Parts: sequence; structure tokens; C-alpha cells
Amino acid sequence: MGEKILMKGNEALAEAAILAGCRHFFGYPITPQTELAAYMAKRMPKLGGTFLQAESEVAAINMVLGAASAGVRTMTSSSSPGVSLKSEGVSYLAGSDLPCLIINVQRGGPGLGGIQPSQADYWQATKALGHGDFQIFVFAPSTVQEMVDLVNQAFDLADEYRMPAMILADGMLGQMMEPVEIPEVSELKLKDKPWATNGHKNSREHNIINSLYMQPEDLEQTIRDRFARYDDAKAKHQVFESYLTEDADIVVVAYGASSRISRSAVEQARELGIKAGLFRPITLWPFPNDELYKLAGSAKKFLAVEMSMGQMVDDVRLAVNGRKPVEFFGRTGGVIPTPAEVLEQIKKLAGGDR
Amino acid sequence: MADFNMLFAGFGGQGVLFAGKIVASAGLIEEKSVSWLPSYGPEMRGGTANCSVCVSDRPIGSPLVVTPNVFVPMNLPSFDKFINAVVPGGKVILDSTLVSSKVEREDVDAFYIPATKLAEEAGMKKLANVILVGKVFKETGFCSYEALEKALKKSVPASKAHLFDINRKAIEIGINFNS
Repeated sequence: MGEKILMKGNEALAEAAILAGCRHFFGYPITPQTELAAYMAKRMPKLGGTFLQAESEVAAINMVLGAASAGVRTMTSSSSPGVSLKSEGVSYLAGSDLPCLIINVQRGGPGLGGIQPSQADYWQATKALGHGDFQIFVFAPSTVQEMVDLVNQAFDLADEYRMPAMILADGMLGQMMEPVEIPEVSELKLKDKPWATNGHKNSREHNIINSLYMQPEDLEQTIRDRFARYDDAKAKHQVFESYLTEDADIVVVAYGASSRISRSAVEQARELGIKAGLFRPITLWPFPNDELYKLAGSAKKFLAVEMSMGQMVDDVRLAVNGRKPVEFFGRTGGVIPTPAEVLEQIKKLAGGDR
Repeated sequence: MADFNMLFAGFGGQGVLFAGKIVASAGLIEEKSVSWLPSYGPEMRGGTANCSVCVSDRPIGSPLVVTPNVFVPMNLPSFDKFINAVVPGGKVILDSTLVSSKVEREDVDAFYIPATKLAEEAGMKKLANVILVGKVFKETGFCSYEALEKALKKSVPASKAHLFDINRKAIEIGINFNS
């Protein structure tokens, strides 16, 4: 391992992708994600890779589809309005069983919204990033170091399950600098992709990448096969962090930037003698249902904290399944909640018990 | 103070982000938890720019400093905007060349240093920000001098390595000035 250096989240994401063997980046600039593309523009040519600033987000995601079809590690990055534009392409990628990485450094929406940090694309990322029956992996880092670590995992799982993966970050994580240790990668072991439509000098039957099925039964079968893989991913890859939850009466559930704020609030609550804990989903899809369901046995109340009007709280309620009350607190539109505001909510919930 | 929540604020171009980066780098060299978060957006062009820097022994929760315990304003609009956000007992270290107001609050410690004037007199016009870092170091002791010097070396880009000496001189002006 190397020494720790200060790095912006956006740049760390880019460096991590390069380390993970990604040599094909297609994007279009948008605040607060632009440093990521700028970093790629600087580095890719030196590595013999491709950096291409497309004419639009729609073009960029379709270039990703082309590169993924050829079997290489490929990615795109954007921020909320740009990700909406990519959604058609993401649906085609999912329908074609293609692995790739999509990074969303979220900002306030809807529409052009604003440029300050937000978590209002949770529903989009986890429920419907495009039309049709499909899911993508969604990872939610909360530190710059975790951004680095999750990029590699996202690429690996995307390859293993042949599906797109997303890093759902936000403007705060993208813009901030923190110490990171960039792992030294000696040799990459990438999964074989015998399905890829790459050159083979007539050594095999030609492969076809396609998402069109005119017979409903055929289409249904491909979707059922895909959902069997989703079930496998759900069983094996629910990732989370629990902090002080063992004896907690009030469990705050938060991911990404808002989990950092919630963590401070939980610590302050403990100092006041309130038994609070933090449950932090790291995979948003698959959502860590199993552990949260278990926690519903010991905790008395849950509080979802998000930088939105309340989106993940739906999944928290599904996981808790009515066993305990689930409350919500959020700020939206680019406003970052303060630890004091979250603490106020925790105190309110604790007060009801006494 | 074990936790330093600093806010550097000024006009775009004054180097508030760079000043914050030196502080964060110094904290990192001493193996503390650090974070650096800039304001970003249209306000950076011509308007106010600021950056939040946390240096702590514990993992950093919110990197956004809403209630600083060290506040370094480099212009009047920033001073007016944030002066009441400083926590009681906090330190306000201001560039008195550009901030004409006095700190009226009695529950914070105010330190006045005419950083811009000192920089001009020393022939280092754009280094008022680094002079202020020297002053912050003196009044808060957030790191050792060795760490600060190393951080400065790391923060000056390789292509501008020849500017290290003048930056160190600026730091020393900040340290040696008596307000």
C-alpha cells in the first residue's frame, strides 16, 4: 500500500477506475462531476486508453454500450440531469446483459435543479433507471477512500453478473478532499467474457449482443433468467456498516453524505445518554434488508435521514416490515442537513419513550 | 482544541482554497483525520469563495463547517456572512487590510493581521493567504512547524517548486507578526 494522499472524490473515482483496468471512458461535462472527466482526459491518452467527450450524454452511454459489447471495462460519469439522459442507454445495457460502470455525482433536481449536493436520485438508481424489468448494482460510498474501494468491486460484480453497476455519490463527496490510500495493483485478474462481440479470426461462432425479442415467451425467459441472477446477488451481496447499533433504541439509517452527518449526530446523542446507532447501507441495490430486519427485533424506532424528501425510507419500511415505527428527516434541493438538525430529530424520538 | 473546524472565506482568486489545502495537508502529515470541502458554483467567479477544513483526532462526520471554531475571513462580505456562526470561544483571524470591521462579539478571540498589506510590502502580492495560514498556525497550533513546512512543500505544485521559498517566507511573516 502506498502513502496517504489528499484527493478530491471525483479524482479518486477516476484513478480507482483506471486501477481497476478501465481504459474506455465516455462522458459529457456537468457540475459537480467534471473533475472526474478532466482527470480521465489527462490520464487516458498516456495509458493508451480512450477518453472521449461525446456530443451528449445519450451518445456517451451508447458508446459505453458499444465498448461493453466488445468485452472491455468501460464507464461513464455524470450528474443527475445527465444521468436522466443516459437512462435509455442503461435500459439497453441491462437488456443486453452488459457490464459497465455508471457514476452519478448527484445534485439537486428535478429538471436542471441546482448544482449543490443531493440524494434525490435514489429512486431513479434503485427502482427505475430506464424502462423495463431490470436492476443495476448501486453502491453508496461515504468517504473518498470508500469511493476508491467500491469502484473496483463495482466493476468486478458487474462482470460477474453481467449487469451495469452504479456508484451513487453526490456533490459533497465528489468535491471534497480526504486522505486516501491508493492500493497497488500488481496484476488484474479480469473475468473471461466469451460472449463478447470482439475479433476472433473465425475461431468461433459469432456472438450477438441484442435486447430485442419479438416473441413474448422468449423475452419473458430472458427476464426470468436475469432475475434469477438478481436473486443470487441479493443473497450474496448486501453490504452495510453498523455503528453502535447493538444496544441502540433509535437506529438512524443513512447512506453516503448524509450518513456522515448522522454519525456525528449519533455520537452527540450518545453523549446525552440517548442510545442511538447508525445503520449505513453501502449497497443500495441490493438493499441490506436482512440485517435491517434483524435490527427491527432489538431497536425501538428507526429514523431515515436523506438529502431528499424521503426515498430510501421506503426501502427501510419494507425491510422493517411494520415491526417498528420508521420516521424520516431530510433536507433537499442542495441543502445539507447539519448534525444539530439530525440530533434534534433523535431527541424528539427519544423523548416519546420517556 | 482537539477538533479544528476551520472556515476560510474570501473572494475567488485570493487563494482561500489553497490556504485550506495547506492546513489539510499538514493535518494529514500528522496522521490526523482531515477533510477539505470547497464551495463550488457560480459564486466562485467574482463572488465569495470559501472552504471548510476539518482537522481532528476522530473520524470526520460532516465536512461542511457550519459553525467554525477557526474563522479566517479575507473580505468584508465573508466576514459579515459568517461572523455570527463562529462558536463561542472560537478564533477569528482576519485580514485587516480588506476587512475594515472590528469583531464586536466578546465571546470569540479576534486576531487582526494586515496580511494583504504585509504581502505587498514584502513583494509577494498574492501570498496574503499563506501569511494568514502562518497566523492561524501561530494562534491555534493545529500542527507542528515541521508538518506545516512539509505540507507547504507538498501543496506547491512541482511545476512551481521555485516558489516554495517565498511561500515559506510568507508563513514566517504570519507567524512573526504581532497583532
